[in-house]
Amino acid sequence: MSALRVCSLYPDLMNIYADRGNIAVLRARCEWRGLGFELSASGLGEPLDPDSADLFYIGGGQDRDQALVARDMVETKREALHAAAARGAVVLAVCGGYQLLGHGYRVGDSELPGIGLVDLRTVREPGPRLIGNCAIEADLGTGPRVIAGFENHGGRTYLGAGEQPLGRVLKGFGNNGRDGFEGVRRGNVIGTYLHGPLLPKNAWLADRLIELALGVELEPLDDALEDAAHASARRAAGV
Amino acid sequence: MLRAGTAAARAVRALSRAARRGGTTLPGRVLLRLEPRAIELLGGRLRDGAVLVSATNGKTTASSMLAAALRRAGCEIVHNRAGSNMSWGVATALLDADGRARQLGLLEVDELWLPQIADQLDPRLILLSNLFRDQLDRYGELELIADRWAEVAARHDGRARFVLNADDPLVADLGRGRSQVTYFGVEDDSHALPGLEHASDSKNCRNCGSRYEYDAVYLAHMGRYRCPGCGRGRPEPQVVAERIELDGMRGSRVVIRAPAGRIDLRLPLPGLYNVYNALAAATAALELGAAPEDVRAALEEMAAAFGRVERIPVGERELLILLVKNPAGANEVLRTLALEERPLDLWLGLNDRIADGRDVSWIWDADYELLAGRVRRATCSGTRAEEMALRLKYAGVDAEIAVERDLGRSLDQALGAAGGTLYALPTYTALLELRDLLARRGVAGRWSA
Repeated sequence: MSALRVCSLYPDLMNIYADRGNIAVLRARCEWRGLGFELSASGLGEPLDPDSADLFYIGGGQDRDQALVARDMVETKREALHAAAARGAVVLAVCGGYQLLGHGYRVGDSELPGIGLVDLRTVREPGPRLIGNCAIEADLGTGPRVIAGFENHGGRTYLGAGEQPLGRVLKGFGNNGRDGFEGVRRGNVIGTYLHGPLLPKNAWLADRLIELALGVELEPLDDALEDAAHASARRAAGV
Repeated sequence: MLRAGTAAARAVRALSRAARRGGTTLPGRVLLRLEPRAIELLGGRLRDGAVLVSATNGKTTASSMLAAALRRAGCEIVHNRAGSNMSWGVATALLDADGRARQLGLLEVDELWLPQIADQLDPRLILLSNLFRDQLDRYGELELIADRWAEVAARHDGRARFVLNADDPLVADLGRGRSQVTYFGVEDDSHALPGLEHASDSKNCRNCGSRYEYDAVYLAHMGRYRCPGCGRGRPEPQVVAERIELDGMRGSRVVIRAPAGRIDLRLPLPGLYNVYNALAAATAALELGAAPEDVRAALEEMAAAFGRVERIPVGERELLILLVKNPAGANEVLRTLALEERPLDLWLGLNDRIADGRDVSWIWDADYELLAGRVRRATCSGTRAEEMALRLKYAGVDAEIAVERDLGRSLDQALGAAGGTLYALPTYTALLELRDLLARRGVAGRWSA
């Protein structure tokens, strides 16, 4: 079987909530199965080859860093990410990175540009940041399952009429604290506010992403500790 | 209402001490409820003025060190020594300001509370040591704290002396263009790291946004840096730590060079992070008039601040407690542990209560990989014990990893299985619970404000 090729976008800027935990889990779960794992990175000003990876990852960043990244991503990576998504590569965008998948992120009078990979808009509205443990129910083709995590975002995200959310909020705020939905999913493009180390809390999701990226079915691992950690994150959210 | 407020608060403090609770916050809460201006009014009684200490990491240790040096130099100190550092903790400590003797207020202050408390106390000196990524759900982004601190620096310019860490670009930047600033820094390239740690935030210049270039990185984003865009770099420190020899958990030797003289120090606390704490405290103490010899003698007698490298004998074994609450602090503890020659017996307490930060994501920013191949047995406890255990698994810790949420049971298991020393790495509230448990069992004393 071929190796999983992961490309981490702006890993030095978009990593505020320990996003590298996601990469660590993907790597370990590939290697424990004897699958290869190759990690590349693409930063500010660097062009992106759409065929260079099976899974593209972008995490969250501080406001200033997110603004730098937003402009750069539109200029240097938008077309490549559209091409990668069109050929079925997995794009996992978390927190600040999720906001940049849509048309833009408006804060006051200014708007950060997005790459328009999915039909959604994000707005900083009056009111508190949406912070707390969160759990959602999502179906990634293997039946409904729970994704547990933590969200911390000032922006409220609204999906366009034809767009599907990643899941239904069981506990927490989700996209905007109002409509009861969380994240976005179009094919293998996934965006979510469940930030930082999302995959350590949901090893099943890590495996599902590897399957979608490689078009394979994975053998199970001994996941006693992973299952216990998932249960712990769910319990924290009250689910 | 100040008189009624202080009387009520003192009564509450006496009661909570009689009940053998620490009593560091409730008296202050009562006082501030009855007299919202209590900090300002009581602070006015400090005839030698106030000194504020803030940082993400090390503020309790650095202020204990500073207190010890100033006491040895003959000052009478009013100090929130148990590290209760929000307004109510400061108010509780200020109950001891009597307005009669010459007293100096030495107050450790939470990063977010610094602007307000600085305005209330009009301090004569503000010591700021570092800013790291910490509890993003409570503090928000690092840049926001840096902005608030910049406002403090502007408002108190010309009124307070600032003692700042030249090696931390976010902190050093606060002193630019200001007159009353003393910088401290490390100058010993034998302790430089290969590069910036993963969990570094302030990699870009606050002035122009360019990426800093580092000649040497000592700890997280602290080191000798320069901005290639606007040319701003590390300011030349007046007080320098050099010739540093780290001796594992036992401590270190370091030479502190200052205009007032040279201090050859044998520091009984481990790690480069405590060298920074000692350097910060020494710089402030010298600035406040302590003699170099007083500073040396005080620092050499330092016992650890509460929960920071505390050694507690428990039967045949020794429990060594190392508070771990954010990535930068964790990395320093892990790096120091990795210097130990024998395989480690560990107890890790991960809580997600409000004072810890509800979000436990940060454990994936800390370099637990440093422990791979060095652990004999690890016991994970606390409200998020399973997630701590999982972190160790993915860090490549291939020893037995036990999970037991209940703190008492997990500690008994870990102590029972430990060879000699059990290293306990609790988050803040896990430390409070651990300390409480040990006190109930009679193996450790209580602490008080």
